[in-house]
Amino acid sequence: MSKAESKTAGKAQVSRVAIADDLTIYHAAALKDQLMGHVKQHPAIELDLSAVADIDTSGIQLLMLAKRECQKQGKILSIVAHSPSVHELMDFYNIAGFFGDPLVIPASAA
Amino acid sequence: MEEILSVFIQEAREQLTEMEAGLMRMEQGDHDPETLNGVFRAAHTIKGGSGVVELTMIEKFTHVVENALDKLRNNEISVSDDLISAILNCCDHLNALLDLAQNEQTEADPATQLKGDTLANQLRGFLGGAVASSAGASASAPAESTASVESEGGGKTMNDCWHISVRFSRECMKNGMDPEAVLRYLLSLGEIVHITTISDALPDPDDMDPESCYLGFEINFRSHADKAAIERVFDFVREGSELHILPPYSKVTDYLDLIAHLPEETMRLGEILVKSGALTQEELDDGLARQQAGSAAAAKIEGGPAAPQLGDILVGQQMVQPEIVEAAVTKQKQISEKKADEARLIRIHADKLDQLIDLVGELVIAGASANLLAQKSGQTALVETTSVLSRLVESIRDSALQLRMVQIGETFNRFNRVVRDTAKEIGKEIELVITGADTELDKSVVEKIGDPLMHLVRNAMDHGLEPTATRIAKGKPAAGRVELNAFHDSGSIVIEVVDDGAGLPKEKIRKKAVEKGIISDSQALSDQEIANLIFEAGFSTADKVTNLSGRGVGMDVVRRNIQALRGTVEVNSEENVGSRFVIRLPLTLAIIDGFLVGVEKSSFVIPLEMVVECMELSATSIDRNYLNLRGEVLPFVRLRELFEVGTEKPPRENVVVVKAGGRKAGIVVDVLQGEFQTVIKPLGGLFRHLRGIAGSTILGSGEVALILDVQTLASLAATAEERTLAVAGGRN
Repeated sequence: MSKAESKTAGKAQVSRVAIADDLTIYHAAALKDQLMGHVKQHPAIELDLSAVADIDTSGIQLLMLAKRECQKQGKILSIVAHSPSVHELMDFYNIAGFFGDPLVIPASAA
Repeated sequence: MEEILSVFIQEAREQLTEMEAGLMRMEQGDHDPETLNGVFRAAHTIKGGSGVVELTMIEKFTHVVENALDKLRNNEISVSDDLISAILNCCDHLNALLDLAQNEQTEADPATQLKGDTLANQLRGFLGGAVASSAGASASAPAESTASVESEGGGKTMNDCWHISVRFSRECMKNGMDPEAVLRYLLSLGEIVHITTISDALPDPDDMDPESCYLGFEINFRSHADKAAIERVFDFVREGSELHILPPYSKVTDYLDLIAHLPEETMRLGEILVKSGALTQEELDDGLARQQAGSAAAAKIEGGPAAPQLGDILVGQQMVQPEIVEAAVTKQKQISEKKADEARLIRIHADKLDQLIDLVGELVIAGASANLLAQKSGQTALVETTSVLSRLVESIRDSALQLRMVQIGETFNRFNRVVRDTAKEIGKEIELVITGADTELDKSVVEKIGDPLMHLVRNAMDHGLEPTATRIAKGKPAAGRVELNAFHDSGSIVIEVVDDGAGLPKEKIRKKAVEKGIISDSQALSDQEIANLIFEAGFSTADKVTNLSGRGVGMDVVRRNIQALRGTVEVNSEENVGSRFVIRLPLTLAIIDGFLVGVEKSSFVIPLEMVVECMELSATSIDRNYLNLRGEVLPFVRLRELFEVGTEKPPRENVVVVKAGGRKAGIVVDVLQGEFQTVIKPLGGLFRHLRGIAGSTILGSGEVALILDVQTLASLAATAEERTLAVAGGRN
């Protein structure tokens, strides 16, 4: 999980989180702590998922949880970059609307 | 005849059989939509095929039938006995048309045409005249059905997709089943038109277990698969998951009921359903309004008799669901297995098969003679090679014979229809129970056993079973029971026709037999023997002759037919309990494993399956015709005396203990020569009346050996013994 790094970019409050690990059930427990940690700390989060090679339902579930938690607390969570596998699964589950983010595929992967 | 035509006719007949079977199940209260679908598919296949081979008379007629079935499928008309009977009659007519086609007639003659028109009109009567222009092309059928759905109005929804509502179990991901995989698998059955992911069950972050699954899905699914197939997709995650599947064009109330059953909020779900296209907004509003009005009205008349609430009924239905589902799943499995079977079948001409069997027969004989020569030559290597060869020949023989084996089920299934029609005709309630339908026997035997069986079954229904009133008076169940059983028993196949009717009137039979001079008045007969008198020529005890049976021709014909197949038939009967006709037939008519024995210079073959054991004949029993086999009386016959061969008895004789038709007997011979593959060559017409000989075969040396008819010999031994005993008993 250590690969996921948080850095402050541009505006002071928006923290950008890049996740490079697989969003799968094998890492789900650690991922949950990490995501929830970010949600607690920052008022606005930009998630960069462009390096996520693999994602499964547990990953989607965690993203949905994080999104909902942010909405509840009046915070902002937006996914700014999707890897092809993330894009595909979100498409399959038809949940792009839930996140409300434009689906952006990095040029390199497209 | 053109090959394509003959293939069509054969397939059409198979489809008709399937149709008939399905219709009969429906008549017996099978409400499984798959059964109806099967019948519809069969009709549709016949129609399509007849179009291809340009048999317009069949195509037109089938179209009418298909129309009726389509209406049934759409629940526009309901199943009734009359309707089923009408469709069954149509099946008969189709068979008749196929007969015409087989004789290369493409147009029905006026009489047949008239009959077809009458049947078609009769069928149209059930449809409420809605299909006046029914003789159109097949392409119009789907259009008709869509139109009718529109006219249904409020009751049904416009959704032509399945609606699948699933809430996965918490544990499924931990068990390694990702919902994604399940849903992707669903895609193999059809197309997901719309999917909504429901995450309402996600708890607060602190309570959330990241490895549990909290998601659910509302899926609008377009597919031609049936419910069981869709459900099977979810088999692996079934435990703990909540799964609702609504078929296309479900009622609005079904959707409302679904909404009520799901954990999420009504309005939200309603929205989801509208969004996913399962319901239109009007349908939803209308349905909800009606539901509310209904509950308000119910509240007003509180205390009064509770009107049956739709919801309750539906809940009730849901309780029933698992069993129906279970049945559907098994049915579906059977169908898919059958389909897989069909794919592995090839059709070949029976003549080719017979030719193969003939050749294998020659091969066996040639092999035997090679074997003999090898042994005479004394060359070990040659003996070894020939023994390997003969083992291979044996395997070839077995598999060649296996090719001709068919299941008796098809023959049995014909009787479903016969029993149904006869029951209606004679006004009795009759239930047919079939067991052992998968028992295999030689094709040539199957073909010839149909008629005798038909006779026995008709007899059982007409004579055996009492009229319903009599049955009730006797305290028996009102519905009579006829059983058809088949099973293998020591190298032969046994077919039983059993009824639980009145049984055979022994006294009456005896009297009649004396009257006809078949037996003398003083003759002492066992019950068994009296019962079997009914197989004598010209014997009938029925007081009145009916359409079906009772004319006194028949039972002897039955026996003769069965004997022609080297089989036997006998009857066990108990008055007021029922009768059991037992037919025993050899498995095959071509090649058998034989046991070679010798008397003087002659060789005889005993079918090996019937041989129980061999032993030396002890000197003590030399002047009697029975011996003590471990405390059991074993009657025997001496071949030497029976066939009058040889002069001098050898110092040692052997007994071959055989078992046939449930009884044991001994056959006394000089020498035992061992196992021998026997190709049965029929005896010429000149020897037809020879008793105790079933056929002949050719030995490796080129000599002829006779095949013993063990059945006859065994009964010969038994009766000879009984007679001696009876004489002895009479003297005392």
